[in-house]
Amino acid sequence: MATAAFETPPLKTYPVIPLVQAGAMSHLKPFVASEPIQKALGFPGELAEDWQSKAITKMGELLGKYRSLQVYMDACVHCGACSDKCHYFLGTGDPKNMPVARQDLMRKVYRRYFTFAGKYFPKLVGAVDLTRDVLDDWYSYYHQCSECRRCSVFCPYGIDTAEVTMAAREIMDSIGMGQKYSNEIIGKVHRIGNNLGIPGPALENTLEGLEEDTKDDTGIDIKFPLDVKGAEVLLITPSADFFSEPHVESLIGYAKVFHAAGISWTLSSMASEAGNFGMFIGNYEQLRTIALRIRQAALELGVKRIVVGECGHAWRVAYSFWNTLTGIGGGASDPFALALQSQLDSRFKQPTHICEFTDDLIQRGALQFDKEANDHRFITFHDSCNVARGSRMGDQPGGQFIIPRRIIQAVANHFHDMAPQTIGEATFCCGGGGGLLTDDLMELRVKGALPRMEALKQVVEEHNVNFMATICAICKAQFTKVLPYYGFNMGMVGGVHQLVSTAIRLGDR
Amino acid sequence: MSLLTAVYGMLFYAAILALVVGLFLKIWRYWKTPAPLKIPTTPAPTTCTGVVFRLTREVVFFESLFKSSKWTWVFGWIFHVSLALVVVRHLRYFQEPVWWPVTMIQPFGLYAGFGLLLGLAGLWARRFLVDRVRYISTPSDHLMLALLIAIGVSGMFMQYVAHTDIVAVKAFFLGLMRFHWQPLPADPALLVHLGLVAILMVIFPISKLLHAPGLFFSPTRNQTDNPREARHLAAWASALDK
Repeated sequence: MATAAFETPPLKTYPVIPLVQAGAMSHLKPFVASEPIQKALGFPGELAEDWQSKAITKMGELLGKYRSLQVYMDACVHCGACSDKCHYFLGTGDPKNMPVARQDLMRKVYRRYFTFAGKYFPKLVGAVDLTRDVLDDWYSYYHQCSECRRCSVFCPYGIDTAEVTMAAREIMDSIGMGQKYSNEIIGKVHRIGNNLGIPGPALENTLEGLEEDTKDDTGIDIKFPLDVKGAEVLLITPSADFFSEPHVESLIGYAKVFHAAGISWTLSSMASEAGNFGMFIGNYEQLRTIALRIRQAALELGVKRIVVGECGHAWRVAYSFWNTLTGIGGGASDPFALALQSQLDSRFKQPTHICEFTDDLIQRGALQFDKEANDHRFITFHDSCNVARGSRMGDQPGGQFIIPRRIIQAVANHFHDMAPQTIGEATFCCGGGGGLLTDDLMELRVKGALPRMEALKQVVEEHNVNFMATICAICKAQFTKVLPYYGFNMGMVGGVHQLVSTAIRLGDR
Repeated sequence: MSLLTAVYGMLFYAAILALVVGLFLKIWRYWKTPAPLKIPTTPAPTTCTGVVFRLTREVVFFESLFKSSKWTWVFGWIFHVSLALVVVRHLRYFQEPVWWPVTMIQPFGLYAGFGLLLGLAGLWARRFLVDRVRYISTPSDHLMLALLIAIGVSGMFMQYVAHTDIVAVKAFFLGLMRFHWQPLPADPALLVHLGLVAILMVIFPISKLLHAPGLFFSPTRNQTDNPREARHLAAWASALDK
């Protein structure tokens, strides 16, 4: 189904905070998950008669399980610090896309049912009953948040709208109002093993094809191993790396790095997906079940290290949550985690980001590059939100900003950062994260990309930038789609390991 | 004992009870609610000491707000620092002898009264002038500012326009604390001032003033960034491993 026509916002020379335009995006809602999609995840198929009381019960349960939600419902003072920080607000002007207003959609219900002031003086504190209209607002605006956490950087209390969005989606799933895109994909992971729904034999076929192509390009036998027991490294990468452009170019880059370093590695057909949409829908059980496939693959293949490919939210889940969810990490003393941690090589960080892996080899002088091979590229780097604000690389805070840039500068001669308030911890989401990378939300995706496009335009004009490197499958897919709306070439976006792939020197081993 | 003294005496006993019990219950709830996942907003400190520094910077300098909006930061910081000075200055009415730091701070505390009103005025102006902040402001946001300004103005009125019998006020509060009640002067400005302060104390634990304890319990600010080095497990989450 085609989405309604909309206007792409003009790119301004200087970023301007839009005036509030109430209701500007209230028409936009993603498709609701059908009954079979919902049932496959153990959620009700549709709204039941008593959905309201079920939703309130669920909210009470989540308030008791997540300190973040409980504190964030109480702590906001409506100071407005976050009000101009969300890319969706900057791109649409819809006031309900201001983080504070998005949180308030839930907060006003919280106040009504869980606080003294809201129970007895609802008008005074803006408390409301959970009506069908409020629920529809939730569905619309909690699917206009990419859980990128930019607001949490600027909030004086660290209130993270992503936590609220996740809770809202969890509540909506629990009463039968799930989002089609995310829940369908989670079903595919359970059924087939990855988000794209690529079955094992097709994956094997693809990897063989890649070996042939790479051989044609380089004249060297570079392997793309699958399900190899006893390999040193298990590579967990987003399934888009197997099929999509420009993602696959980075996959070739990883393979070349492993080849050049002489480290044995393997992919897994069972755990052929780094992405974990369980996080997007805020469901701990889904998050955990999806992550457990990787633990199982690591145990079965007997690997010593787990390396994660270029994927933003996957790296947040891997870095921040895997140790908790599955024991992939270090420092545990419980039998469940030790079963895996005693197998993994504790001299290495577990899990390791592919950029940490490559950077470490570069720093040790184990890789050589022909930087001139990238001379046709004038490169900038888009920090992906989940990597920037929900994870780390290396030993120092902020390593997630330094390491990818250090790799780029090791493999290419022309690098220019975008404006400082649009990168690093203040980076803008690509506009397609958090389970919104779906055609039914195209208007939101295009408008939400505006702040990034304005920053890009500046480096294009000042430094002739023609390549925006990023380390996230969603960023790559999103930019490929929205760059043309703003008059840029869709081929401008690519991976960091795509650049590595271009410049790396391959000795025949 | 006059009716007035009795009413205000009981009012302050009730207010302090509501404040302490209300805050205790809230903080207890924050304390026992687990944070099942590591969610510090990164870059984040990798050690406990680092987290203490991060929280200290937030509490003392409003670091995140400074990054966010300079105007809000200026007015918010002036207001909070002034309020802290004013509150410390007022300790003299609750102790005999008066601690030397409280004595030392008196002159600053007096100027802080102006800072307090300036900060509040700036913060209130934003609620009218900035369309985004206007959109998110509820009646309670305005009332909270009105309440604080009224407390400030009534206090300043007694300082600069019509002095109240401050010696008797002090005797009243020391009497309350020692359960040996003394009469409260029937001065309108004083009664307004004290009545509003009692209201503020009562609504503290049931309002957005919870941002004060909330900050210390905010997982994005108080967690260390070490998920690969230590396995972080909440009780309900670890039950799933079994």
